[in-house]
Amino acid sequence: MNAALFANPLVTYLLRLADDNLVHAQQLGALVSRMPELEEDIAVANLCLDHLGQARNLLTYAAEVDGAGRDEDALAMLRDERDFRNAVLVEQPNGDFGQTIAKQFFLDAYQVPLYEALIGSADEQLAAIADKAAKEARYHLRYSSQWVIRLGDGTAESHRRMQAGIDAIWPFTADLFFTDEVEAELGPIAADPAPLRERFDATVAAVLAEATLALPADPYQRLGGRVGNHTELLGHVLPEMQSLHRAHVGAGW
Amino acid sequence: MSEPVSGHPGIPTGTSVSDPELAAVRAAVGAVVDPEVPVLTIADLGVLRSVERIDGRVVVTITPTYSGCPAMQYIADRVEDALSATGAVGEVRTVLSPAWTTDWLSDEGRRKLTDYGIAAPVTVRSRLACPRCGSKRTKPISEFGSTACKALYRCEECLEPFDYFKELS
Repeated sequence: MNAALFANPLVTYLLRLADDNLVHAQQLGALVSRMPELEEDIAVANLCLDHLGQARNLLTYAAEVDGAGRDEDALAMLRDERDFRNAVLVEQPNGDFGQTIAKQFFLDAYQVPLYEALIGSADEQLAAIADKAAKEARYHLRYSSQWVIRLGDGTAESHRRMQAGIDAIWPFTADLFFTDEVEAELGPIAADPAPLRERFDATVAAVLAEATLALPADPYQRLGGRVGNHTELLGHVLPEMQSLHRAHVGAGW
Repeated sequence: MSEPVSGHPGIPTGTSVSDPELAAVRAAVGAVVDPEVPVLTIADLGVLRSVERIDGRVVVTITPTYSGCPAMQYIADRVEDALSATGAVGEVRTVLSPAWTTDWLSDEGRRKLTDYGIAAPVTVRSRLACPRCGSKRTKPISEFGSTACKALYRCEECLEPFDYFKELS
Protein backbone atom coordinates (compact mmCIF):
# COMPACT_ATOMS: atom_id res chain seq x y z
CA MET A 1 0.00 0.00 0.00
CA ASN A 2 1.10 3.55 -0.76
CA ALA A 3 0.99 4.89 2.82
CA ALA A 4 1.99 8.43 1.83
CA LEU A 5 -1.11 8.76 -0.35
CA PHE A 6 -3.35 8.16 2.66
CA ALA A 7 -1.54 10.44 5.10
CA ASN A 8 -4.03 13.27 4.48
CA PRO A 9 -7.58 12.32 5.57
CA LEU A 10 -9.12 14.63 2.95
CA VAL A 11 -7.29 12.79 0.14
CA THR A 12 -8.47 9.46 1.54
CA TYR A 13 -12.05 10.73 1.79
CA LEU A 14 -12.00 12.09 -1.77
CA LEU A 15 -10.62 8.76 -3.02
CA ARG A 16 -13.45 6.92 -1.25
CA LEU A 17 -15.99 9.12 -3.03
CA ALA A 18 -14.17 9.09 -6.38
CA ASP A 19 -13.47 5.36 -6.52
CA ASP A 20 -17.14 4.47 -6.00
CA ASN A 21 -17.86 6.37 -9.20
CA LEU A 22 -14.80 5.27 -11.15
CA VAL A 23 -15.14 1.54 -10.48
CA HIS A 24 -18.91 1.66 -10.94
CA ALA A 25 -18.53 3.41 -14.31
CA GLN A 26 -15.92 0.88 -15.42
CA GLN A 27 -18.02 -2.15 -14.37
CA LEU A 28 -21.24 -0.79 -15.80
CA GLY A 29 -19.47 0.34 -18.97
CA ALA A 30 -18.94 -3.31 -19.91
CA LEU A 31 -22.67 -3.42 -20.67
CA VAL A 32 -22.60 -0.67 -23.28
CA SER A 33 -23.62 -2.34 -26.55
CA ARG A 34 -24.83 -5.41 -24.58
CA MET A 35 -28.15 -4.20 -23.18
CA PRO A 36 -31.41 -5.90 -24.19
CA GLU A 37 -32.86 -2.71 -25.69
CA LEU A 38 -31.35 0.32 -27.38
CA GLU A 39 -32.96 2.69 -24.85
CA GLU A 40 -31.36 0.88 -21.91
CA ASP A 41 -28.07 0.78 -23.75
CA ILE A 42 -28.18 4.56 -24.05
CA ALA A 43 -29.24 4.86 -20.41
CA VAL A 44 -26.29 2.79 -19.24
CA ALA A 45 -23.85 4.82 -21.36
CA ASN A 46 -25.25 8.05 -19.90
CA LEU A 47 -25.07 6.73 -16.33
CA CYS A 48 -21.42 5.76 -16.89
CA LEU A 49 -20.69 9.21 -18.27
CA ASP A 50 -22.15 10.96 -15.22
CA HIS A 51 -20.32 8.67 -12.79
CA LEU A 52 -17.06 9.03 -14.69
CA GLY A 53 -17.47 12.81 -14.72
CA GLN A 54 -18.01 12.82 -10.95
CA ALA A 55 -14.97 10.58 -10.52
CA ARG A 56 -12.85 12.95 -12.61
CA ASN A 57 -13.91 16.01 -10.60
CA LEU A 58 -13.15 14.21 -7.33
CA LEU A 59 -9.84 12.71 -8.51
CA THR A 60 -8.65 16.02 -9.91
CA TYR A 61 -9.34 17.63 -6.55
CA ALA A 62 -7.74 14.72 -4.64
CA ALA A 63 -4.60 15.11 -6.78
CA GLU A 64 -4.54 18.84 -6.06
CA VAL A 65 -4.89 18.37 -2.28
CA ASP A 66 -2.34 15.55 -2.34
CA GLY A 67 0.12 17.86 -4.08
CA ALA A 68 2.56 15.07 -4.92
CA GLY A 69 2.66 15.73 -8.65
CA ARG A 70 0.10 13.04 -9.49
CA ASP A 71 -2.82 14.00 -11.74
CA GLU A 72 -6.29 12.45 -12.09
CA ASP A 73 -4.97 9.93 -14.63
CA ALA A 74 -2.17 8.81 -12.35
CA LEU A 75 -4.65 8.31 -9.52
CA ALA A 76 -7.08 6.37 -11.72
CA MET A 77 -4.63 4.33 -13.74
CA LEU A 78 -1.48 3.85 -11.68
CA ARG A 79 -2.88 2.82 -8.30
CA ASP A 80 -3.08 -0.88 -7.46
CA GLU A 81 -6.00 -2.75 -5.97
CA ARG A 82 -5.10 -2.23 -2.30
CA ASP A 83 -4.96 1.54 -2.89
CA PHE A 84 -8.53 1.73 -4.18
CA ARG A 85 -11.07 2.96 -1.64
CA ASN A 86 -14.41 2.18 -3.31
CA ALA A 87 -17.09 0.30 -1.41
CA VAL A 88 -17.20 -3.39 -2.39
CA LEU A 89 -20.72 -2.82 -3.78
CA VAL A 90 -19.56 -1.24 -7.04
CA GLU A 91 -17.07 -3.98 -7.94
CA GLN A 92 -19.78 -6.66 -7.87
CA PRO A 93 -20.67 -8.29 -11.20
CA ASN A 94 -23.37 -6.77 -13.39
CA GLY A 95 -25.16 -10.13 -13.59
CA ASP A 96 -28.50 -10.02 -15.36
CA PHE A 97 -30.53 -6.82 -15.80
CA GLY A 98 -32.16 -7.31 -12.38
CA GLN A 99 -28.80 -7.44 -10.64
CA THR A 100 -27.46 -4.49 -12.68
CA ILE A 101 -30.45 -2.41 -11.62
CA ALA A 102 -30.18 -3.54 -7.98
CA LYS A 103 -26.56 -2.36 -7.87
CA GLN A 104 -27.41 0.97 -9.52
CA PHE A 105 -30.41 1.47 -7.22
CA PHE A 106 -28.48 0.91 -3.98
CA LEU A 107 -25.69 3.21 -5.16
CA ASP A 108 -28.20 5.93 -6.13
CA ALA A 109 -30.13 5.63 -2.86
CA TYR A 110 -26.80 6.23 -1.06
CA GLN A 111 -25.41 8.96 -3.32
CA VAL A 112 -28.49 11.22 -3.27
CA PRO A 113 -28.36 11.93 0.50
CA LEU A 114 -24.55 11.80 0.41
CA TYR A 115 -24.15 14.54 -2.17
CA GLU A 116 -27.00 16.58 -0.72
CA ALA A 117 -25.23 16.52 2.65
CA LEU A 118 -21.89 17.40 1.07
CA ILE A 119 -23.35 20.55 -0.50
CA GLY A 120 -23.01 21.85 3.06
CA SER A 121 -19.40 20.63 3.41
CA ALA A 122 -16.95 23.01 5.07
CA ASP A 123 -14.70 22.38 2.06
CA GLU A 124 -15.75 24.73 -0.73
CA GLN A 125 -14.51 22.69 -3.69
CA LEU A 126 -16.03 19.44 -2.38
CA ALA A 127 -19.33 21.31 -1.88
CA ALA A 128 -19.20 22.54 -5.49
CA ILE A 129 -18.56 19.03 -6.86
CA ALA A 130 -21.39 17.65 -4.71
CA ASP A 131 -23.83 20.37 -5.82
CA LYS A 132 -23.35 19.28 -9.41
CA ALA A 133 -23.40 15.55 -8.65
CA ALA A 134 -26.54 15.75 -6.48
CA LYS A 135 -28.67 16.80 -9.45
CA GLU A 136 -27.35 13.88 -11.49
CA ALA A 137 -27.79 11.39 -8.64
CA ARG A 138 -31.45 12.36 -8.20
CA TYR A 139 -32.05 11.68 -11.89
CA HIS A 140 -30.27 8.32 -11.60
CA LEU A 141 -32.36 7.35 -8.58
CA ARG A 142 -35.55 8.10 -10.45
CA TYR A 143 -34.43 5.85 -13.30
CA SER A 144 -33.27 2.92 -11.15
CA SER A 145 -36.29 3.09 -8.78
CA GLN A 146 -38.66 2.94 -11.74
CA TRP A 147 -36.99 -0.24 -12.97
CA VAL A 148 -36.96 -1.87 -9.51
CA ILE A 149 -40.71 -1.20 -9.25
CA ARG A 150 -41.52 -2.20 -12.82
CA LEU A 151 -39.62 -5.48 -12.59
CA GLY A 152 -40.57 -6.30 -8.99
CA ASP A 153 -44.24 -5.61 -9.54
CA GLY A 154 -44.20 -7.08 -13.06
CA THR A 155 -44.43 -10.69 -14.16
CA ALA A 156 -43.61 -13.70 -11.96
CA GLU A 157 -40.31 -14.08 -13.82
CA SER A 158 -39.31 -10.41 -13.62
CA HIS A 159 -40.21 -10.41 -9.90
CA ARG A 160 -38.12 -13.51 -9.28
CA ARG A 161 -35.10 -12.06 -11.05
CA MET A 162 -35.34 -8.60 -9.48
CA GLN A 163 -35.57 -10.26 -6.04
CA ALA A 164 -32.53 -12.40 -6.91
CA GLY A 165 -30.66 -9.22 -7.86
CA ILE A 166 -31.54 -7.57 -4.55
CA ASP A 167 -30.48 -10.70 -2.65
CA ALA A 168 -27.15 -10.89 -4.48
CA ILE A 169 -26.21 -7.23 -4.03
CA TRP A 170 -27.60 -6.39 -0.57
CA PRO A 171 -24.67 -7.98 1.38
CA PHE A 172 -22.35 -5.34 -0.13
CA THR A 173 -24.38 -2.25 0.83
CA ALA A 174 -23.18 -1.69 4.45
CA ASP A 175 -19.69 -0.99 3.12
CA LEU A 176 -21.03 2.25 1.62
CA PHE A 177 -21.60 3.55 5.15
CA PHE A 178 -18.32 2.41 6.68
CA THR A 179 -16.55 5.22 8.50
CA ASP A 180 -13.43 5.40 10.63
CA GLU A 181 -11.01 8.05 11.93
CA VAL A 182 -10.85 9.59 8.42
CA GLU A 183 -14.38 11.01 8.65
CA ALA A 184 -13.92 11.80 12.35
CA GLU A 185 -10.82 13.88 11.63
CA LEU A 186 -12.51 15.75 8.79
CA GLY A 187 -15.46 16.81 10.94
CA PRO A 188 -17.70 19.28 9.05
CA ILE A 189 -15.92 18.57 5.74
CA ALA A 190 -17.31 15.00 5.59
CA ALA A 191 -20.96 13.96 5.52
CA ASP A 192 -22.43 12.82 8.84
CA PRO A 193 -23.00 9.06 8.24
CA ALA A 194 -26.01 8.46 10.52
CA PRO A 195 -28.59 10.55 8.62
CA LEU A 196 -27.28 9.10 5.33
CA ARG A 197 -28.08 5.60 6.48
CA GLU A 198 -31.53 6.71 7.68
CA ARG A 199 -32.42 8.23 4.32
CA PHE A 200 -30.97 5.27 2.43
CA ASP A 201 -33.03 2.83 4.50
CA ALA A 202 -36.19 4.92 4.00
CA THR A 203 -35.70 5.06 0.21
CA VAL A 204 -34.97 1.33 -0.02
CA ALA A 205 -37.98 0.44 2.17
CA ALA A 206 -40.38 2.64 0.16
CA VAL A 207 -39.24 1.43 -3.27
CA LEU A 208 -39.07 -2.24 -2.33
CA ALA A 209 -42.56 -2.07 -0.76
CA GLU A 210 -43.99 -0.62 -3.97
CA ALA A 211 -42.09 -3.22 -5.96
CA THR A 212 -43.46 -6.05 -3.75
CA LEU A 213 -39.87 -7.06 -2.99
CA ALA A 214 -38.10 -7.75 0.31
CA LEU A 215 -34.60 -7.51 1.70
CA PRO A 216 -32.87 -10.84 2.40
CA ALA A 217 -33.23 -12.18 5.96
CA ASP A 218 -29.52 -13.08 6.17
CA PRO A 219 -27.78 -10.17 7.96
CA TYR A 220 -24.33 -10.96 6.49
CA GLN A 221 -22.48 -7.89 5.17
CA ARG A 222 -19.05 -7.80 3.53
CA LEU A 223 -16.99 -4.75 4.56
CA GLY A 224 -13.44 -3.65 3.80
CA GLY A 225 -13.47 -1.65 0.56
CA ARG A 226 -12.94 1.68 2.30
CA VAL A 227 -9.62 0.45 3.71
CA GLY A 228 -8.49 -1.38 0.58
CA ASN A 229 -9.64 -4.93 1.39
CA HIS A 230 -11.60 -5.71 -1.74
CA THR A 231 -13.42 -8.72 -3.08
CA GLU A 232 -11.67 -10.71 -5.78
CA LEU A 233 -13.68 -8.92 -8.47
CA LEU A 234 -11.79 -5.63 -8.30
CA GLY A 235 -8.70 -7.56 -9.37
CA HIS A 236 -10.48 -8.27 -12.65
CA VAL A 237 -11.89 -4.78 -13.16
CA LEU A 238 -8.65 -2.86 -12.72
CA PRO A 239 -6.36 -4.59 -15.24
CA GLU A 240 -8.94 -4.08 -17.95
CA MET A 241 -9.28 -0.39 -17.05
CA GLN A 242 -5.57 0.29 -16.57
CA SER A 243 -3.75 -1.87 -19.12
CA LEU A 244 -3.87 0.60 -22.01
CA HIS A 245 -2.62 3.50 -19.92
CA ARG A 246 0.17 1.39 -18.43
CA ALA A 247 1.23 -0.07 -21.78
CA HIS A 248 1.51 3.37 -23.39
CA VAL A 249 2.96 5.56 -20.66
CA GLY A 250 2.40 9.24 -21.31
CA ALA A 251 0.37 8.69 -24.48
CA GLY A 252 -2.29 11.29 -25.29
CA TRP A 253 -5.11 11.58 -27.80
CA MET B 1 -13.36 44.55 -11.52
CA SER B 2 -16.07 46.11 -13.72
CA GLU B 3 -19.62 46.40 -12.57
CA PRO B 4 -21.90 43.69 -14.00
CA VAL B 5 -24.78 45.17 -15.98
CA SER B 6 -26.31 42.76 -18.45
CA GLY B 7 -26.97 39.15 -19.37
CA HIS B 8 -29.50 36.40 -18.77
CA PRO B 9 -31.64 36.69 -15.66
CA GLY B 10 -29.83 35.26 -12.69
CA ILE B 11 -26.47 35.10 -14.41
CA PRO B 12 -23.86 37.66 -13.50
CA THR B 13 -22.14 38.47 -16.77
CA GLY B 14 -19.73 41.04 -15.46
CA THR B 15 -19.90 42.82 -18.80
CA SER B 16 -19.71 46.55 -18.48
CA VAL B 17 -20.95 49.04 -21.06
CA SER B 18 -18.00 51.23 -20.19
CA ASP B 19 -15.53 48.54 -21.26
CA PRO B 20 -15.86 47.91 -25.02
CA GLU B 21 -13.19 45.21 -25.01
CA LEU B 22 -15.19 43.12 -22.52
CA ALA B 23 -18.32 43.59 -24.63
CA ALA B 24 -16.42 42.42 -27.72
CA VAL B 25 -15.03 39.37 -25.88
CA ARG B 26 -18.44 38.55 -24.51
CA ALA B 27 -19.99 38.67 -27.99
CA ALA B 28 -17.19 36.50 -29.41
CA VAL B 29 -17.08 33.80 -26.76
CA GLY B 30 -20.86 33.85 -26.29
CA ALA B 31 -21.27 32.82 -29.94
CA VAL B 32 -19.38 29.52 -29.43
CA VAL B 33 -21.85 26.72 -30.12
CA ASP B 34 -22.51 23.49 -28.28
CA PRO B 35 -21.17 20.76 -30.61
CA GLU B 36 -23.90 18.34 -29.49
CA VAL B 37 -26.79 20.76 -29.94
CA PRO B 38 -25.24 23.09 -32.56
CA VAL B 39 -28.31 25.32 -32.66
CA LEU B 40 -27.45 26.60 -29.16
CA THR B 41 -24.64 28.95 -28.22
CA ILE B 42 -23.00 28.77 -24.82
CA ALA B 43 -24.67 32.09 -24.03
CA ASP B 44 -28.09 30.52 -24.79
CA LEU B 45 -27.21 27.55 -22.58
CA GLY B 46 -26.03 29.57 -19.61
CA VAL B 47 -22.68 27.75 -19.83
CA LEU B 48 -21.00 31.13 -20.19
CA ARG B 49 -21.02 32.46 -16.63
CA SER B 50 -19.12 35.71 -16.82
CA VAL B 51 -16.69 37.90 -18.71
CA GLU B 52 -14.83 40.21 -16.35
CA ARG B 53 -11.66 42.16 -15.99
CA ILE B 54 -9.50 41.02 -13.09
CA ASP B 55 -6.18 42.77 -12.47
CA GLY B 56 -6.21 44.07 -16.03
CA ARG B 57 -6.75 40.64 -17.62
CA VAL B 58 -9.95 39.42 -19.25
CA VAL B 59 -11.30 36.36 -17.43
CA VAL B 60 -13.96 34.25 -19.16
CA THR B 61 -15.71 31.81 -16.82
CA ILE B 62 -17.65 28.80 -18.06
CA THR B 63 -19.42 25.95 -16.23
CA PRO B 64 -20.21 22.40 -17.43
CA THR B 65 -23.79 21.20 -17.88
CA TYR B 66 -23.12 17.66 -16.60
CA SER B 67 -20.10 16.40 -14.61
CA GLY B 68 -19.17 14.09 -17.46
CA CYS B 69 -20.23 16.19 -20.43
CA PRO B 70 -17.82 15.08 -23.19
CA ALA B 71 -18.31 18.37 -25.07
CA MET B 72 -16.83 20.48 -22.27
CA GLN B 73 -13.18 20.21 -23.35
CA TYR B 74 -14.17 21.06 -26.92
CA ILE B 75 -16.17 24.07 -25.73
CA ALA B 76 -13.32 25.27 -23.49
CA ASP B 77 -10.90 25.01 -26.46
CA ARG B 78 -13.26 26.97 -28.77
CA VAL B 79 -13.71 29.64 -26.08
CA GLU B 80 -9.91 29.92 -25.84
CA ASP B 81 -9.77 30.32 -29.64
CA ALA B 82 -12.52 32.95 -29.64
CA LEU B 83 -10.86 34.85 -26.81
CA SER B 84 -7.45 34.97 -28.50
CA ALA B 85 -9.05 35.94 -31.83
CA THR B 86 -10.32 39.15 -30.21
CA GLY B 87 -6.74 40.04 -29.31
CA ALA B 88 -7.62 40.41 -25.63
CA VAL B 89 -5.12 39.22 -23.03
CA GLY B 90 -6.80 36.84 -20.67
CA GLU B 91 -7.77 33.33 -19.71
CA VAL B 92 -10.66 30.86 -19.58
CA ARG B 93 -11.69 29.37 -16.25
CA THR B 94 -14.03 26.45 -15.63
CA VAL B 95 -16.03 26.50 -12.39
CA LEU B 96 -18.44 23.94 -10.89
CA SER B 97 -20.30 26.20 -8.50
CA PRO B 98 -23.00 27.37 -8.59
CA ALA B 99 -24.05 24.24 -10.43
CA TRP B 100 -25.60 24.66 -13.87
CA THR B 101 -29.36 24.30 -14.12
CA THR B 102 -31.72 24.32 -17.09
CA ASP B 103 -33.30 27.42 -15.52
CA TRP B 104 -30.34 29.27 -17.07
CA LEU B 105 -31.39 28.37 -20.58
CA SER B 106 -32.37 31.66 -22.22
CA ASP B 107 -35.81 32.27 -23.79
CA GLU B 108 -34.00 32.58 -27.10
CA GLY B 109 -32.35 29.20 -26.42
CA ARG B 110 -35.71 27.58 -25.61
CA ARG B 111 -37.21 28.90 -28.85
CA LYS B 112 -34.21 27.69 -30.89
CA LEU B 113 -34.46 24.24 -29.30
CA THR B 114 -38.14 23.86 -30.14
CA ASP B 115 -37.54 25.03 -33.73
CA TYR B 116 -34.76 22.45 -33.95
CA GLY B 117 -37.19 19.66 -32.92
CA ILE B 118 -36.04 19.27 -29.31
CA ALA B 119 -38.60 19.90 -26.56
CA ALA B 120 -37.35 22.54 -24.11
CA PRO B 121 -37.16 21.66 -20.39
CA VAL B 122 -40.37 21.92 -18.35
CA THR B 123 -40.86 21.96 -14.59
CA VAL B 124 -43.76 19.48 -14.73
CA ARG B 125 -43.38 16.62 -17.21
CA SER B 126 -47.14 16.46 -17.88
CA ARG B 127 -46.80 19.85 -19.59
CA LEU B 128 -44.26 18.52 -22.05
CA ALA B 129 -45.48 19.33 -25.56
CA CYS B 130 -44.42 17.70 -28.83
CA PRO B 131 -42.05 20.11 -30.63
CA ARG B 132 -43.59 19.15 -33.99
CA CYS B 133 -47.37 19.26 -33.46
CA GLY B 134 -47.64 20.88 -30.01
CA SER B 135 -49.72 18.07 -28.48
CA LYS B 136 -49.26 17.37 -24.78
CA ARG B 137 -50.13 13.70 -25.27
CA THR B 138 -46.48 12.70 -24.94
CA LYS B 139 -44.88 9.62 -23.46
CA PRO B 140 -41.33 8.88 -22.28
CA ILE B 141 -39.46 6.19 -24.20
CA SER B 142 -36.22 6.54 -22.25
CA GLU B 143 -35.03 8.76 -19.39
CA PHE B 144 -31.72 9.04 -21.24
CA GLY B 145 -31.08 10.07 -24.82
CA SER B 146 -28.37 10.55 -27.41
CA THR B 147 -26.45 13.03 -25.22
CA ALA B 148 -26.17 13.57 -21.44
CA CYS B 149 -28.66 16.44 -21.55
CA LYS B 150 -31.53 14.71 -23.36
CA ALA B 151 -34.29 12.13 -22.77
CA LEU B 152 -36.30 10.37 -25.47
CA TYR B 153 -40.06 10.91 -25.90
CA ARG B 154 -42.81 10.00 -28.31
CA CYS B 155 -45.85 12.01 -29.33
CA GLU B 156 -49.07 9.99 -29.07
CA GLU B 157 -50.82 12.43 -31.40
CA CYS B 158 -48.51 12.68 -34.44
CA LEU B 159 -46.64 9.50 -33.43
CA GLU B 160 -43.21 11.07 -33.94
CA PRO B 161 -40.40 10.34 -31.51
CA PHE B 162 -38.50 13.39 -30.28
CA ASP B 163 -35.66 14.47 -27.99
CA TYR B 164 -36.45 16.23 -24.73
CA PHE B 165 -33.86 18.56 -23.18
CA LYS B 166 -34.27 17.15 -19.69
CA GLU B 167 -34.88 19.47 -16.77
CA LEU B 168 -32.06 19.73 -14.23
CA SER B 169 -32.66 21.96 -11.27
